[in-house]
Amino acid sequence: MKTTITKSLAAIGVASAVAFSAGAYAQVDSIHFLIPGGAGGGWDGTARGTGEALTKSGLVGSASFENMSGGGGGKAIGYLIENAASSEGTLMVNSTPIVIRSLTKVFPQSFRDLTPIAGTIGDYAALVVKADSPVTSFKDLVDIYNSDPSELAIAGGSVAGGMDHLVAAMAMKAAGADPLSVNYLPFDAGGEAMASLLSGEADALSTGLSEAVALAEQGEVRILVQTGDKRVDAAADVPTLTEQGYDTVFINWRGFFGAPGLSEAKQAEYVKALGAMYDTPEWEDVRARNGWVNIYNPGADFTKFLEKQEAEIGSLMKELGFL
Amino acid sequence: MLEGLMLGLGAAISPFNILMVFLGCFLGTFIGMLPGLGPMSIIAIMIPVAIQLGDPASALILLAGVYYGAIFGGSTSSILINAPGVAGTVASSFDGYPMARAGQAGKALTIAALASFLGGTISALLLMIFAPLLSSVAKLFWSAEYFALMVLGLTAIAAFAGPGKKLKALLMSVVGIMLATVGESALHNAARFTMGIMDLQSGFYFVTLVMGLFALPEALFLILNPKRSAQQENQNEIKDLRISMDEAKNLAPVVGRQSVLGFLVGVLPGAGATMASFLGYAVERNLAPKDQREQFGKGAQRGLAAPETANNAACTGSFVPMLTLGIPGSGTTAILLGALVALSVTPGPRLIEDQPEVFWAVIISMYLGNVVLLILNLPLIPYIAKLLTVPRQYLIPFVVFFSLIGAYIGQNNPTELLIMIGTGLFATLLRFGGYPLPPLIIGFILGGMLEDNLGRAMRKAGGMEFLWERPMTLGILVVAAVLFFYPIIKDRLQSRRA
Repeated sequence: MKTTITKSLAAIGVASAVAFSAGAYAQVDSIHFLIPGGAGGGWDGTARGTGEALTKSGLVGSASFENMSGGGGGKAIGYLIENAASSEGTLMVNSTPIVIRSLTKVFPQSFRDLTPIAGTIGDYAALVVKADSPVTSFKDLVDIYNSDPSELAIAGGSVAGGMDHLVAAMAMKAAGADPLSVNYLPFDAGGEAMASLLSGEADALSTGLSEAVALAEQGEVRILVQTGDKRVDAAADVPTLTEQGYDTVFINWRGFFGAPGLSEAKQAEYVKALGAMYDTPEWEDVRARNGWVNIYNPGADFTKFLEKQEAEIGSLMKELGFL
Repeated sequence: MLEGLMLGLGAAISPFNILMVFLGCFLGTFIGMLPGLGPMSIIAIMIPVAIQLGDPASALILLAGVYYGAIFGGSTSSILINAPGVAGTVASSFDGYPMARAGQAGKALTIAALASFLGGTISALLLMIFAPLLSSVAKLFWSAEYFALMVLGLTAIAAFAGPGKKLKALLMSVVGIMLATVGESALHNAARFTMGIMDLQSGFYFVTLVMGLFALPEALFLILNPKRSAQQENQNEIKDLRISMDEAKNLAPVVGRQSVLGFLVGVLPGAGATMASFLGYAVERNLAPKDQREQFGKGAQRGLAAPETANNAACTGSFVPMLTLGIPGSGTTAILLGALVALSVTPGPRLIEDQPEVFWAVIISMYLGNVVLLILNLPLIPYIAKLLTVPRQYLIPFVVFFSLIGAYIGQNNPTELLIMIGTGLFATLLRFGGYPLPPLIIGFILGGMLEDNLGRAMRKAGGMEFLWERPMTLGILVVAAVLFFYPIIKDRLQSRRA
């Protein structure tokens, strides 16, 4: 039955691909996108949006999509490794959690077992307080934290030990405080965490910068600091941690991976197609529709970036007792 | 306000937009009948189409139609074949399905349609008048209060604790809460009780469990109990839609109360339609006169009208935090919010002033959506209800197919099918033993939220003091206790007097 379903999925994929294919100067014939989660999630949107831009702009002849949820993404990773030989045409979408979840052994594999192709989009993290809060800078926040960490409840949209928690701990550690005593309130989704901040339950919120900017525009919150390596246009008055003297950078990336042992020629082909995508109006449409930030980080640089992120997160998680 | 209303009417009423309402409601209803495809996935599918329309008002009208249609369609499968596709319609199956089994499918669907319509319309009225005021209500609730609300919702299990079944109902709800602990815990970053099975990492998938607990055993029972098919004898009544004046009078206060309560619960980010339907069910069961209270879980009309009104009213309510604070209170409104942003509408406190036409177009689209759904569905009910007159040998494979699709479609994971079949066999055994299954699913759905909210509240307070130190938490818990014990005490007193 499994093969029938795969076949019928492939058929649907082909049908949609025919509808999409346009340009005659395709660099890659076809890409099969493997999505480690269900329809409607962040990974799903990234893969489908990228596929749409690539095919509509003619950089890729056709795209097909396959959702394979299970094991927090581990099922799809296992599948791609198992079927490496026949998966030359497959790209799997993934993001920062692949690093975190392989550290916490949610799944036994890591990005090293795959072929990193490129990080394509991303977001910085931000620490946010209510607009009417007396806290006006990250330093104020650290002062409260240092006097009594239990008085500073920080909400986030990920599990304890997940991304939003780690960012808060990371920032406190950079400020010389004890990252272990962050009083973190985990919520199912960013929206609920945001509500908790506005209700006064949480004193601060750890979230993505783009989400924070949308709320700040409405005058509801104040963004204290962001974790990028430089300021961004959408929030030009928000300082980075580094410029305030705290040496920490965190990027929540999304990107693509190929099967293990993918030929260098094929890798280069994917990198080239993804790189060319940024200049197309079709990508700009998709990007603007989703509010994504372009962060192109291909090939060897991407692998280096992942290794660095893994080392940073890994040592922090050890310190926090999650490993 | 009148001015705004006219503005909204101007933006919303055009032949094209009315076509969009019809299209949205139609697609939503039919796709929504498939278990596993809830409003969230259907809206996700429709978003590229809506964005192509370009005009925020038209896009919202299409999506709102899909949203209401999907909720409506979801109740149809709950009532007819005991296969609720979304958590928000689980409570509708508790009494809707027994009604259909007793040959009153047409009547059950009509009550559901009218209750949904009234719940949706009354709550849209509330939204129109109180939206700006209510944004502060959404800011009142902390995790402590959500915890108390979940406790209140759990009192719904009392409906299934009939004579000699009190312990069994309690046991089943505990099993449900235990099942909810499987998988990654938000509070501790650890996978619990997965037995090393990767597919259990994220816990049990709601639709799989519901299909296994309700739809599959139903099909098995039809095979095992050939004489139990009452619907064959009631061919005439099954298509009967009529509701008598007495019945309408009996249901009116329920619909009125639940429109308001459901709306208020919907306003809270983190509660939503599911919470509202269980709360509505629990509250109405405990308020009902004794003879009707005993019918709850066996085909009480009030037991069907309450969750159907409440879940629709809550859907409307969930627009309040989205439109006035820019905060999505549910998965569905999160997706809608994404679509709004893509159409360069920024929801938040300034929306009503900055883009009044969008705000009012949303409200008009709610009225339109509800009216269209009623027009679209009432004439179809006899035909949909007739499904049950299909001979068993054709109906059973259909139910099995339907539930397999439901378990598979959301996750694309074949293991879900094995879990569903396992659950189905387990549930069949439980039914033979006379264990009521609804408490299990109530425990499962509320259990996860109960734990997360309790954990957060304890972290915030550094202990359990919040239970008596926060007046609203204590208040809700007292209401829960009163609602739970009031019927028992009242009956005792009455029997003593007699």
